[in-house]
Amino acid sequence: MEGDIVEMGKVIGAGLACTGMGGAAIGVGLVVSQFLSGALRNPAAAGGQTATLFIGIAFAEALGIFSFLIALLLMYA
Amino acid sequence: MATEAQEAGSGFNIHPMDQFMISPLGGGELQWYSVTNQTVWLAIAVVATFFLLVVGARGRALVPSRSQSVAEMIYGFVRNMVEEVASKEALKYFPHILTIFMFILLSNVLGLIPYSFTATSHIAITGVLALAVFLGVTILGFARNGLGFFKLLWVSSAPTVALRMVLFLIELISYFVRPVSHSIRLAGNMMAGHAVIKVFAGFAGALGVGAVAPIVAITAVYGLEILVAAIQAYVFTILTCVYLHDALHPGH
Repeated sequence: MEGDIVEMGKVIGAGLACTGMGGAAIGVGLVVSQFLSGALRNPAAAGGQTATLFIGIAFAEALGIFSFLIALLLMYA
Repeated sequence: MATEAQEAGSGFNIHPMDQFMISPLGGGELQWYSVTNQTVWLAIAVVATFFLLVVGARGRALVPSRSQSVAEMIYGFVRNMVEEVASKEALKYFPHILTIFMFILLSNVLGLIPYSFTATSHIAITGVLALAVFLGVTILGFARNGLGFFKLLWVSSAPTVALRMVLFLIELISYFVRPVSHSIRLAGNMMAGHAVIKVFAGFAGALGVGAVAPIVAITAVYGLEILVAAIQAYVFTILTCVYLHDALHPGH
């Protein structure tokens, strides 16, 4: 049982940072589920909104990627 | 990437982050002028863009050949996107946006070839692309609207002046976070997907001949990665269009 406590803290911190990606996953799921429920009610209008859908997904996803980046920085930087 | 040398010793280990190493061609020290594997793959992306859009579409036949119809489809797709998202005036900047789209798309897709290098997985590359968009859009906004460009940050529909000032601060911060999120989204997506593939490849290496499940998983993730490569190029381009729209038509 030997090791560096800083090293341990880094690994635990990286794991904790990755929990942020779960939030992004919930966010992306909400965006798509709302889009789908709207699109099934009015399929004619759905085609024109795909760009908005992807913008929404991108914004929700970016925050998850930030937490992933923090995890990478903790592990490798 | 040098700290974790706790290799198990047995079998063959694949470190998931090794694929993102930049090394000069032909060995030697890394200098600012040295030609690295990244430089090579950036150049390949540019050459491939040239071949697809310039040489491939050269025929201008009424019944297009395969490469010509691919080039025409991409051209029409991006043109529609610019026109719908960023308004008709933005068509002046369409060549730049098509260039960004093609470059990112081809870098992403070329990075999926085994043993190749994904240029867009580095924040240095995507950061320059995003900063170019950010600076260009900011300069364009001030040149077109003068001080009216601040209408983008000043929410005039908010009821009180105090609230508007708070919102101004928030909008200002979110404006400056744009290039960060713009670049990290692309680089993070590319890096994460490729690292996942290499993690499963490590499982396959550890299991040896009977590694059916990891190989099936690699195949599935690879299919997903092709989708992600196209979608991230699309997302980067469409956000460029959104920012361009903000610069041309500030205000809420």
